[in-house]
Amino acid sequence: MYKFLLCMRYLKTRWIALASIVSVTLGVATLIVVNSVMDGFTTTMQDRMHGILSDIVLETRSQTGITQPQGYEERIRARLGDRVAGVTTVVTLPAMMTFQRNGNSHTQQINLIGIDQNTFASVSDFSKYLLHPENKKQLDFLLKNNGYAVERERMQPSGWEYRAPMARYQKVVQQRLRNAQELEQERFEQLQQKIQEETQASDGAQADPVAALMAGPGIQIANNAQQISQFDSEKEQRTGIVLGINLGSIRGREPDGTVQDFFFLRPGDDVQVTFPNAGTPPRGIDEQFTIVDFYESKMSEYDSTFAFVPLEKLQHSRGMIDPQTGAGAVTSIQIKLKPGNDLNAARDALRDEFPPTHDFVEVRTWRETQGPLLAAVQLETTILNILLFMIIAVAGFGILATFFMIVVEKTRDIGILKALGATGMGIATIFLGYGVLLGTVGSGVGVVCGLLFVWKINDIARVIEWITGREVFDPTVYYFDTIPTIIHPYMLVWVSLGAILIAVLASVLPSIRAARMHPVEALRYE
Amino acid sequence: MNNPDTTLHPHIPAPHMLDMDSKTASPYRVIRPEDTESLRTKRSANAGQLDPMITASGLVKSYRKHKTVVPVLKGVDFVAPKGRVTAIIGQSGSGKSTLLHLLGTLDQPDGGEIAFDGQRIDCLTARDRDAFRNQQLGMIFQFYHLLPELTLLENVLAPAMISHGLFSYLRNRRMVVQRAKELIDMVGLSHRMKHRPRELSGGEMQRTAIARALIANPSLLLADEPTGNLDHESGQIILRILRQLNQDHGLTIVMVTHDESIAQQCDSVVRLKDGKVERLPPTPLRTTSDAIRGG
Repeated sequence: MYKFLLCMRYLKTRWIALASIVSVTLGVATLIVVNSVMDGFTTTMQDRMHGILSDIVLETRSQTGITQPQGYEERIRARLGDRVAGVTTVVTLPAMMTFQRNGNSHTQQINLIGIDQNTFASVSDFSKYLLHPENKKQLDFLLKNNGYAVERERMQPSGWEYRAPMARYQKVVQQRLRNAQELEQERFEQLQQKIQEETQASDGAQADPVAALMAGPGIQIANNAQQISQFDSEKEQRTGIVLGINLGSIRGREPDGTVQDFFFLRPGDDVQVTFPNAGTPPRGIDEQFTIVDFYESKMSEYDSTFAFVPLEKLQHSRGMIDPQTGAGAVTSIQIKLKPGNDLNAARDALRDEFPPTHDFVEVRTWRETQGPLLAAVQLETTILNILLFMIIAVAGFGILATFFMIVVEKTRDIGILKALGATGMGIATIFLGYGVLLGTVGSGVGVVCGLLFVWKINDIARVIEWITGREVFDPTVYYFDTIPTIIHPYMLVWVSLGAILIAVLASVLPSIRAARMHPVEALRYE
Repeated sequence: MNNPDTTLHPHIPAPHMLDMDSKTASPYRVIRPEDTESLRTKRSANAGQLDPMITASGLVKSYRKHKTVVPVLKGVDFVAPKGRVTAIIGQSGSGKSTLLHLLGTLDQPDGGEIAFDGQRIDCLTARDRDAFRNQQLGMIFQFYHLLPELTLLENVLAPAMISHGLFSYLRNRRMVVQRAKELIDMVGLSHRMKHRPRELSGGEMQRTAIARALIANPSLLLADEPTGNLDHESGQIILRILRQLNQDHGLTIVMVTHDESIAQQCDSVVRLKDGKVERLPPTPLRTTSDAIRGG
């Protein structure tokens, strides 16, 4: 009984000991904040990654790809049974995108992905990242009239509303150009005529080589003009392509500081894509595509490289369709499982079904395809946790020192208690209990502080920005509007128990020392 | 009796105890003349053949400081008869405090035996010694040794809290607190129940320590210079209380002192010199009753 009473009294009268626990409090609060933010980042990032990646991917690296995807799909469905929520076939290949801007050609490397727009939405959250509301429901690779990204107030008109006037304008320009060329041609011909006449008049029928050379460009220009007129871009679109938003825009700041995407390509623009065909050796193929929408997953890696086109078009252009059966080959098959199923178990089943030695397909879960990145984030979290726990361990030594001081200060009390018949165990319990109490108070306050910090983290970031004038959290870098946080209850329990444990461990040595004190010497202590 | 002024008159209670006399609830009822009379006759009759409360024989104790061994007790024989006040007197460094600590099992002798009520206590285990101190002994010290964080009442309750676990204490709480309050009443401090030791005077602190020593209803009280730090007046109050406890309840008291006049008031005196009992020419055992008779 006296143990509890004295514990409480010491806690009440020795506030200085609480100072030693402040470091525990700070450590606990920091751990909670760091873990919450790291968890928030990881979870948001995984959601975004997973948004575009299906659960399991069967992939081949062969040039021709999987030639009989239907057979594969049947085998997958037979093997996984009702665990499957959706299956889709995809062709993925590296490609190059070229577009004209301000009279210059711009080239960018892209990941060209041929998707089946009817089934692709069943394996990933792809559609919800598109800009146009209708495409969010069902993508059809057709250019919409307007209404892209209604929430982006600054977005300039896109779709047909942009393409048609642009085409008309270009037509006028072309027409004028043509007129000018025709005029030029006429003048040239007249001049030629005149020269010819003059030459014939002077030294007979000998042709002038300079004049023959100069006739060339004029003919070429005329041919070009002929080609353009075949396709009416005011009314027609080419095959649709969905670009990652960073392929067509730059994120920057307005003068007033608001973050804004500046689009240099818009839905309605045409781009040229160059990709290898399926032949051996592969040859480059050029295709014109019309941008029908942008795709914004907020994963910069995806948003700056992915371009989606219709699967059939890609198979056709690359020569992946079997002329006899009419079946198109694919490079990967993506599978979505019903929620709650074990990805790794399904993967192992599929690996068993398609042994890598037989089918030359690689079966991976989406986590494995993003393995290095996830592993890096995991490593970062682990190391941060270790470092912060070291901080708490340092705090533990502070507690150790403080407790030794308190034991020395309380030497006479210890002697008195022993003279009154308290056992060494009982004395040790007082100081251990004191450690538990301090640890509990310290980590309790730390948990509260940490939760408050996490709760108000965006306001705190703003205050720090205001004070330092430096941006803590730059949305142009992270693609987050606010700092994402997630608090796992088990993390709170784990952190506070760890802190209490450290406080208790730190009080073990002083407790033993107190328990071993000789009553007579303790009573004599001045 | 060298100094008649210091003669203790136990049948005349201290002024603060007079009003308490009417309260019959206290087990430590203040002594009345008729009671003393009966006790007196009993004592003088049994003067010769009193049972020993605590005995020590051939006690040897030395302290080690670095490599030099300092002998403190060099074979001390000691007897404290039941129901008597025994004084241990000697110069500083004569080993009187060490002897008291050995008797109180706060320390263990290097050689010799200590028996309490006929039973060896020097070879008990640590746990048994702790229990013995808690149950059988009351101890008071020159520097009072109260716990500064606790109130007066809590200080008195401390031994009871030590002997009971949390739940058994809470079960018996009312009874124990009742007893503590009676003891505090007896030492005349019931108006300071909630005060911390630093708010009390030296005499009050020593009275608190006496109440604390009595909470477990011990049969032996060890007092280490109980008046050594007090002025004459306060010291007299303490001595009066001790004497009354002895006479009223037959509490055996062993008191260490260096004050000859206090020793003279005790029933028997043991003189220590250089770690040995000083042999005096045999004198008849002085009893309180003799002192009262004016001997």
